Amino acid sequence: MEPVLTAVLTVGAIGMAAGLILGVAAKLFYVHVDPRINEVADMLPGANCGACGFAGCTDLAAAIVQGNAPANACKAASDALAQRIGAMLGISVGTLERRVAQIFCQGDAARAQRRFLYLGIRDCRAAELVSGGDKACRYGCLGLGTCVQACYFDALRMGPDGLPLVDASRCTGCGNCQAICPRHIPRLIPVSQKAAAFCGSHDPGKEVKEICEVGCIACGLCKKVCPEKAVEIDRFLAVVDPATCTGCGLCFEKCPTHIIQAVVLSREAEKKAA
Amino acid sequence: MQEYLLMIVAAMFINNIVLIRFMGNCPVVGVTSSFESAVGMGAAVVFVATMAGTTCWIIQRTILDVLGIEYLQTLVFILVIAALVQFVEIVMQKVAPPLYRALGIFLPLITTNCMVFGVAVLNIKEDHSFMETLVFSLASAVGFGLVLVFMAGLRERMDATGRVPRPLKGVPITLITAGMMGLSFAGLLGMV
Repeated sequence: MEPVLTAVLTVGAIGMAAGLILGVAAKLFYVHVDPRINEVADMLPGANCGACGFAGCTDLAAAIVQGNAPANACKAASDALAQRIGAMLGISVGTLERRVAQIFCQGDAARAQRRFLYLGIRDCRAAELVSGGDKACRYGCLGLGTCVQACYFDALRMGPDGLPLVDASRCTGCGNCQAICPRHIPRLIPVSQKAAAFCGSHDPGKEVKEICEVGCIACGLCKKVCPEKAVEIDRFLAVVDPATCTGCGLCFEKCPTHIIQAVVLSREAEKKAA
Repeated sequence: MQEYLLMIVAAMFINNIVLIRFMGNCPVVGVTSSFESAVGMGAAVVFVATMAGTTCWIIQRTILDVLGIEYLQTLVFILVIAALVQFVEIVMQKVAPPLYRALGIFLPLITTNCMVFGVAVLNIKEDHSFMETLVFSLASAVGFGLVLVFMAGLRERMDATGRVPRPLKGVPITLITAGMMGLSFAGLLGMV
């Protein structure tokens, strides 16, 4: 026989035999798996982002079916989806408000100073290691887009000014961007939050003023003007309490550096939240 | 009897598959962060390597040698090992669910463990008989499991003391530890 024929036939035969044995074994040793686990797994987003704390969507589905996790444990799923999962399994689901990421820094190249020229690896985590990053502000966005790469849902992209932009309609609130950012600048806020102070600097006002035009200088005007007492100054940084803020906008005009602004989510996001 | 004893000592310690022959290094770094996973992986490898070694020996002697196509050894062995691991997984899930859960992710991982393939090839290369193949595969896999368990114990201790310098934490100190273990095992070289 042709040598090549022998080779092909032998390997083919061994492969066939192995496949046959496996096929028979799969039938003979079939294990009953709860079909609901697969159904729930199909309903989940399937991005395996890990925000729920389980090793992927299938693992979470098994936990939900076995009662080890609540039906709304998936951070990326909408409330409606959690309700559907709950309805299928016959368990009640508490509502959890959807959260989206927002970028808590406005210091673009024109308005925030840099201490040196960084030419290293294009990754914020690497830049942060080089004597604390090239930004003069140690709370500011380094702008190399590590959060954009970390997003499983394509909800982030780099804007023209070197700061990431959030597409709120795609953001699922999994929090991967916040976790991967060395300075935790993308932060999750509830979709109903009307206003936020888009700065993360805890440096005293004078220092901030020297290095950034759009940093919180902790002047406290926002706190004074707020009729609802929804703004607090925490270590030289204004923080808006989403529960009490009504979005009246008085602080927007008072803020000398205009860091307190209305939260603008895209129209689709508002529709989804409503 | 004596040659089998010598073979066991040689395969387990003197020519240790990980530290002297440099096979299966990936799991030594990958699954030794906790003692339990090291024991699980070790047990799974002992089981699979012994079965794969003997099955490959049978196929080599009854099919490849007879047809004169020894050059297909690599391809066929990998095929056999992959199928065997799948088979073991299916059977174990049915017959021994607790063991299946304990070994968990380690079983499919073994498909790509070069140590299993290495043992199968070494058996042919050193012209072992069937009995020798069985003993050698088992002893080599036990040697692999031992290194895994030693390494896990050392790493748990190092983590607990917290006295590892920051730049060396994790994989670097593991590689240094593996190198030192290799050196100490090399002291046994030439005994058999």
